[in-house]
Amino acid sequence: MTSKGLINLVHLYPREMSIYGDLGNTRCLAARIRRHGYYVRVWDHHPGSTLPDEPHLFMGGGGQDSGQGRVEADLVVIADRLRGLAADGAPMIMICGMYQLFGNAFITVEGQELPGLGILDVTTRGNAKRMIGGLVVKTQWGEVVGFENHSGSTLLAPGQAPLGTVRAGNGNNGTDHTEGAMTHNVIGCYLHGPALPANPRLADHLVGAAAELATGRPFEPGEIDDSIADEARTRQVRRLLKAS
Amino acid sequence: MPRRVGPVLRTTAAVLAGKAARVATRLRGGGSAMPGLVVERVDPAFLTHALGRIPGGVVVVTGTNGKTTTTKMLAAIIAAHGRTVFSNPTGSNFTRGVISSMLGEIPLSGRLDADVAVLELDEWHALQFAKVVTPTHSLLLNVARDQLDRFAEIDTTAKLLAALAAQTSRGVVLNRDDSFVARVDGTLAPDVEIRWFGIDPAVADDLPPLAETDARFDELHTVPDPGDTDGMLHPHDARSFSVSFGAQEVGPVELKQRGLAAMINATAALTTARMVLGAEFRADAALAALRVVTPPFGRGEVIDAGGQPLELVLVKNPAGFTVALGTYGAEPVTTMVAINDDYADGQDVSWLYDVSFESLRTKGVALTSGVRGYDMALRLQYDDVDVTHVELDLEEALDRLLREHPDEPRRIFCTYTAMMRLRRLLAARYGLANFGEEAPA
Repeated sequence: MTSKGLINLVHLYPREMSIYGDLGNTRCLAARIRRHGYYVRVWDHHPGSTLPDEPHLFMGGGGQDSGQGRVEADLVVIADRLRGLAADGAPMIMICGMYQLFGNAFITVEGQELPGLGILDVTTRGNAKRMIGGLVVKTQWGEVVGFENHSGSTLLAPGQAPLGTVRAGNGNNGTDHTEGAMTHNVIGCYLHGPALPANPRLADHLVGAAAELATGRPFEPGEIDDSIADEARTRQVRRLLKAS
Repeated sequence: MPRRVGPVLRTTAAVLAGKAARVATRLRGGGSAMPGLVVERVDPAFLTHALGRIPGGVVVVTGTNGKTTTTKMLAAIIAAHGRTVFSNPTGSNFTRGVISSMLGEIPLSGRLDADVAVLELDEWHALQFAKVVTPTHSLLLNVARDQLDRFAEIDTTAKLLAALAAQTSRGVVLNRDDSFVARVDGTLAPDVEIRWFGIDPAVADDLPPLAETDARFDELHTVPDPGDTDGMLHPHDARSFSVSFGAQEVGPVELKQRGLAAMINATAALTTARMVLGAEFRADAALAALRVVTPPFGRGEVIDAGGQPLELVLVKNPAGFTVALGTYGAEPVTTMVAINDDYADGQDVSWLYDVSFESLRTKGVALTSGVRGYDMALRLQYDDVDVTHVELDLEEALDRLLREHPDEPRRIFCTYTAMMRLRRLLAARYGLANFGEEAPA
């Protein structure tokens, strides 16, 4: 079978910001890209390294406070590049810690304000309370399920679209029923689990956008049997809705 | 006028209440921590009193992976030197579990009759324990992602271990190869002795990554070169290894439990035993003890199930699962994977994506099971490992495994509560020792 094109998938900071299995998102995206009939090259972007010339898809995960501190300087270096790519429609999925860093700012419990990239119009405040547990979100790709584990409480600015509405769990802040944020094809959210393997429609939205960016042609999806993923997701959604 | 109850009477009352609860719990077949809870309520100072005067020392074993196995090995080595050892061998690694396991042997005075105590405690309870009983020695095995939903971050776990080490009075034994543990060396009281255990650098490069990335510091942490009191592991093959202390070689020895993880645990146990026993440590006694230590329940335990072996392998976190696959992957057999997501398993199953399952491709996986059996099947699908059946009910899955694969060796990788359930089912069918009792060596 001839390839439909090459997609460059960039995993931002796999050492520092991939502690909760978010690597699974990269594994999932790479596998699905191949199964849809495209070539994929995975680029691990570490602090100090250079981004590929034509990146088509970005994944960033959650980290510990120490990891977050280690990547901030590098993010300043690649900030303009990321902002430009986001505006041009490059798909990006940023989980937890990287979601917060893609926002306007993170305000610590002590009141110190750490600036973010400002790609997503959200602000996060450090919180004494940790939000931990299963999370079900209603999105345009159906119900999406994962596991949240964050102390940061995120507020969307007026006009900023969320990823979806919380049906079980806390989401952005535990009060306004929003979860995540979405601008162009950039998605930030608190969904570990990891987010993509059990939610293939969300994964394929990202893959499709990346394929279009890479080839200049509409996405030509292949046939993928997602019955196991559907079982895993629907059972977990049912459990969490029943418990909440 | 109410009578004041003196401390001795309170302890006796606590012991009696605890012993009664222990009998009641055993009759019900319940958990191992409940009697300890009863004692803690009646006499909060119980532990201080029971363990305060043990002459040969109170040794705490903690870390993410290998606590139960290492504790068992260390207790066996010390006992082989003629010492009476108190230990909590059931994997009940909360302070209440320690109290519960004491109740079987403690006199009503509440003072434990033992030369040395070797206690397995999880990272949080180790620190709580140290607040009431000062450990003379601590063995810090490793820090890995485990139940992040409980400890939140591994940096936090590392801090717990550092705090424990800082409260230890005589000596600590540290893992050279784990940056989270090794960095503890700068935070100890000045008169506390440090000994190290680790893997011979000559072989370390061939191993899968065993430690988490430590992103807390800019500089790499350097540990001192191994000295005469530091144990270095030299594996000879999949079963046989030696541990060198400077020019002294202890070994070769083969364990009943296979694999690198067990060898590292034995290295840690030998290093600690040498410290606790001092000049009285004898290599021949230590090796004889290690040769006969049986794997604890479900930690590589081999059960004779209908004439063919069935191995139960507990997996709790990426580092542990990776090492287990490395150990067993070389001999592929019919495999089942059972994943639950109760509190004791870790509620977040994300960690399965930090493990590579490619070594299971050759034979595929016969069954996935447990509450998250479909998530496990999905994980395997992303590594192109074939899964024949998904059967969420553990008993049904076990039945199917035994029924469809009667004439070959079988292996089950399972999380904690899945292991407990499977072990109980197997115990009922094949007449194995019950929980809380050790199988005869």
